[in-house]
This record gives sequence, C-alpha cells and structure tokens, in this order.
Amino acid sequence: MAEPMKIRASMSGDTADVKCLMNHPMETGLVKDAKTGGMKPAHFISNVTATVNGKTVMEAEWGGGVSKNPYLAFKVKGAKAGEKVQITWTDNTGDHNTAETTIS
Amino acid sequence: MNILRRNILKGAGAAGAVSVAVAAGLMKPTVAFAGWNKAGFESRDLATSMGAIGANAATPSSDVSVKAPDIAENGAVVPVEITSSIPGTDSIAIISEKNIMPLIAVFNLSNGAQGYISTRIKMGSTANVVAVVKAGGKAYKSHKEVKVTIGGCGG
Repeated sequence: MAEPMKIRASMSGDTADVKCLMNHPMETGLVKDAKTGGMKPAHFISNVTATVNGKTVMEAEWGGGVSKNPYLAFKVKGAKAGEKVQITWTDNTGDHNTAETTIS
Repeated sequence: MNILRRNILKGAGAAGAVSVAVAAGLMKPTVAFAGWNKAGFESRDLATSMGAIGANAATPSSDVSVKAPDIAENGAVVPVEITSSIPGTDSIAIISEKNIMPLIAVFNLSNGAQGYISTRIKMGSTANVVAVVKAGGKAYKSHKEVKVTIGGCGG
C-alpha cells in the first residue's frame, strides 16, 4: 500500500460514473518465487465495498485473477453531485484500505 | 496460559478479542469480515466455478455485452468491460475459461448501481472471457474470445 487508493466520481446525466485505482500486488499464489524456490504466497484483495451517501451500492468478491493494482469502474443511477462515494477493500491477510471522494 | 487466551483476555477491554487475535496472527480474518465464495474462487475446474456462482442454468443473452480486446498483448492486464441492459441486474461475475482458477470476480449491485463493470483481469492463455449476469432470479451469460500472446499468470 505504497500509495493510497484514487477515486474519481462525476455525474453524467442522472448517473454517477465512478472510477477507482487501487494499490495492491494481487498475488495469485501460483507464481514461483525465484529467490526461495517456493511459491509466492497468495496475497490479493478478496472483498470490495462501495457506498454512495452511506448506502451500499456494490459488494464485490475477488480472487487473484484481478490484475495487480486493480482498476474498477461502475455507475450509480440516482446519485447526486456533492454526495460522498466511499470504497473499501479487504484482502486475504485481513489488511484493508478505504478512500472517499465527492461526486462532482 | 495459552497465548490465544492470554491475548483475548488482554485485548478484551480494548479493540476487541477478534481484532487482537487477528493481529497476533492466530485467526484467519476473512471469515470474520465478509463473505467470500471459497469454493468458487479456489476451483480449478470450469464447470465447478460456473456451478459455484449459479451459472449452470445461465442462458446466452445479447443484452449482456463483454467488451475486451481481440488480442491482448499482455495477459497480466486485460481490460474487460461488461454491460447488462437487463432490468434488475443485481450481479455480474467474470470468468476466464482457461485460467488455472477460472473465477475472477463477482460484483453484487444494489441501490442504483447499474449493470456495468469495467476492470482489468489476468488471462493465462487465449480463451473466452465469460460474463454471468443475474437479474430477477435468473442467470444470463455472454462471452468474448481474447487472444493472449504473453500469458499473464506469471508462470
């Protein structure tokens, strides 16, 4: 988690377009570690939750198949400029991160 | 005294027994915080992965579109955009048929979230990217073949 998550959210008509870039190695657990000879342990975001104005709009479950430094975009109809979008991820080690932005 | 018991007793007044035990590395946290489809995500068999997300009865639908490159130069980062115009879409799942573990992600949508997800996935080799959409208790699917020149699973 060298850098915090980046979120952008803007209105397009009556729908908020939300784009997010997370910072995470997303290791599958299937890759050999050249240094140790064993496998690099699985280390990936397993759950993502997004809320708009305090209401949950998306709950996602992920595996290691999502690319490193995950990009995610979704749309929320009925959201309004000025409302807060909050995105939280939890990974398989119990680590977590949250960021929020205001819909412009 | 057993370490776990000692930590629980120590932490009981503070952040709570669960988080203390987690911090001590003695408990697996994933179960405590949120659901995670372990059977689905750890499956190495396509049919099992599809079954785990309730996709066995999914009917092909032209109202679900999978936008992905015809040729992905880098299998580690394949952009995938799924759109569903089926009313009441409440879930979108992504499967990469030939990955060692085919199930990539499941997105549950509510409170105005539309049938739209854009993300980037890993693909081990040329395969179909399948989107499974749930709406009104029924499952629908669509797919797009992506040719992968350099496999993205790091092997």
